[in-house]
Amino acid sequence: MYKFLLATRYLRTRFIALASIISVTLGVATMIVVNSVMSGFSCQMRERIHATLGDVMVEATSMDGTDDPRQLLADVDALAGKYIESVTPTVEIYGMMSFRWMGQDIYRLVTLVGIVPETKNQVSPLAGYLLSRQKIEENDKVVRLPLRDVTAPLDWSLTQDAIQDRKDWVKVRQLEDLSREYQSIGQGRRAPAVAPAAATGTVDSNEFSLQFAAGNSSSGSNDATVNDPFAAGEAVEPIDPEEPLPARIFVGAGLISFPFKEKDTGLTKTQYMASPGQDVILTTIKSGRPEPAPFKATIVDVYKSGMSEYDSNLVFCNLEELQYVRGMLSGPDPTRPHENLNWKDGAITTLQIKLKDYRDAEEVVNRLSQGLNLHYQVRTWEQKQGPLLDAVQVESAILNVLLFLIITVAGFGILAIFYMIVVEKTRDIGIMKALGASSRGVMMIFLSYGLSLGVVGSGAGVVLGLLFVRYINEIEDLLSMISGHKVFDESIYYFHKIPTAVYPSMVIWVALGAMVIAVLASVLPARRAAALHPVRALRYE
Amino acid sequence: MTSKRSILPMTGQPPHLCAKALDKAYRKGEHKVPVLRGVDISLHRGEFLSIVGQSGSGKSTLMHLLGLLDEPDQGEVWLDGARIDKLPMSTRDELRNHVFGFVFQFYHLLPELNLLENVLSPLMIRHNVFEFWRKKRELREQGLEIIEKVGLTHRLRHRPSELSGGEMQRAAIARALAGRPSVLLADEPTGNLDSRTGQEIMTVLHKLNEQDRLTIIMVTHDDVIAGQAQRIVRLSEGRIQTLEDAA
Repeated sequence: MYKFLLATRYLRTRFIALASIISVTLGVATMIVVNSVMSGFSCQMRERIHATLGDVMVEATSMDGTDDPRQLLADVDALAGKYIESVTPTVEIYGMMSFRWMGQDIYRLVTLVGIVPETKNQVSPLAGYLLSRQKIEENDKVVRLPLRDVTAPLDWSLTQDAIQDRKDWVKVRQLEDLSREYQSIGQGRRAPAVAPAAATGTVDSNEFSLQFAAGNSSSGSNDATVNDPFAAGEAVEPIDPEEPLPARIFVGAGLISFPFKEKDTGLTKTQYMASPGQDVILTTIKSGRPEPAPFKATIVDVYKSGMSEYDSNLVFCNLEELQYVRGMLSGPDPTRPHENLNWKDGAITTLQIKLKDYRDAEEVVNRLSQGLNLHYQVRTWEQKQGPLLDAVQVESAILNVLLFLIITVAGFGILAIFYMIVVEKTRDIGIMKALGASSRGVMMIFLSYGLSLGVVGSGAGVVLGLLFVRYINEIEDLLSMISGHKVFDESIYYFHKIPTAVYPSMVIWVALGAMVIAVLASVLPARRAAALHPVRALRYE
Repeated sequence: MTSKRSILPMTGQPPHLCAKALDKAYRKGEHKVPVLRGVDISLHRGEFLSIVGQSGSGKSTLMHLLGLLDEPDQGEVWLDGARIDKLPMSTRDELRNHVFGFVFQFYHLLPELNLLENVLSPLMIRHNVFEFWRKKRELREQGLEIIEKVGLTHRLRHRPSELSGGEMQRAAIARALAGRPSVLLADEPTGNLDSRTGQEIMTVLHKLNEQDRLTIIMVTHDDVIAGQAQRIVRLSEGRIQTLEDAA
């Protein structure tokens, strides 16, 4: 009884000891903040990766994919149908994207992903990362409200704004073409030098000339004999230039934008070089032969997940068009090549699968990799992104070790101050022993004193840390205001707000760790106190 | 008292507390400094004994040995016909708590606790948390009763630093008595007080001795104070001076 009474009294009267636990408090608070932000980041990252990949991926080992998606679907269904919620096919292939901006041609290396929007959105919720469904904020001001509802079905239609943009863009193009033609007459046709599409030989000097079938006719004429015997001879139907092209894409934000700092305000802004409604030229590889396959596509939307690896790399295209361009698929009616295409008739490279319960992933991967032949590789999304996720894990583990060392340093502070207190309390220890307290009892006083210091210190640390995490964005605003520039720049990190995730288990472990360290630090002084001889302790002056 | 073994056949009854041929030396660096050289002492229940001697005569050490605060190098300590100096540590701790009450020259109250808590501290040591909470009221009554006996009821919530010397010493006596011991060991209880307050303390001790038949051993260097006891033992250089005192 006296142990606890004295421990709490010491706690209340020895302020120097309270000072020693401030370091514990700060250590605990820092650990909680860092862990929360780290796991917030990694949580968001996983979410974003997951939103691009499915739960389980069946990938063809060949770039040309499988010719018979129907068989593959049937096999997958037979092998693991009961675990699967939905499946979406994709074709993934490298490519190059080019577009004109400010009179220059911009080239970008991309990964083209052919998707079926309806099922893709079921397998991995892509829609939320499209800019037309988000409000755009810049420097904490809402620049634009969402153009459509996040829950609206995902398809390849343009928004009203994009249609309007396209009209303006087409007009500007027409004017540019006119002036270029005018100039080229004067300068003796120098135009081909700036026209990449001219390499195909059949396209007119200017890639963005209004022969809208150019992309298609170029591919058509190149491969006419092999792929599409009728296409070459067909007269291309006249198409309204204001109508979007049959090939539509969601383009990664990083591919068509760059951040810059405004000189006079110091604010970071994002400059877009292309916007929905405009056309870009994409060049990819034909299936089966190492030949380029260029085509034009209309940007429908901008994809911004916050994973810069994806945002500056991915271009989502409608699956059938990509299959068609790569020569993986041809429509039933050669005169109208873009109509009635069905991806199941062509080839696909990847099958993305959403499971009913992700905990079955291992089982599904096992079944599929055993059941399917060697032309397929079956992985979960975590396995596919393994190195990245591991890197984050290692990073946070190292940080944790370092921060825990800080708390250990605090432990040594406690040890020193405790030693002092034991010396100061020598006579009291003698009295307690004279009154019949056992050595163990005296030791317990100091151990429970250490524990209560640890409890108070880590308790305050937990409260401080959680408050910091709760108001981290307000704190960031304040710091930005004081320092005069943005501490957490959203254009660098892609997040509007600093993401945080607090796991109770993490908080409990950190608090427990701090308490254990406080108790361990008090063991040595407590043992010294217990070993004091009562008579010598009483004589101590 | 009921023991059949008679240690001193002359008296017929075993003494309450007795010491036989106590030897004790302290080490000071290389040298061994003898403090007690064969001290025999015995006293009966209800006796008031004072031990007098100059500084360094070993009187405090003798008291510590009798109260089991220290172990003799040689010799024995007996309580009610049972040897107690070689008992295991935990048993000795319990005996100190149950049988002996200590009063020191410098009061030695715990500065963090108030008067009532200080007085109750032997009881807190005796009982664990649950027992203490269960008997809280009863133990509190016990403490209050003793505080009343030493006349400090008006100071219950005061910290030792807020009390005068005499009050502190009375509080220390109350603390020593809270565990209802049978022997009170007082080490220079008046040594730090002026003669009037010292006399007050002596009055309290006399009252306890007479009314409650409390056995008291008091160490002092002041002959006037010592003279108020029933019996005086004079120590000099670790030996008992007069033969008659050795009893």
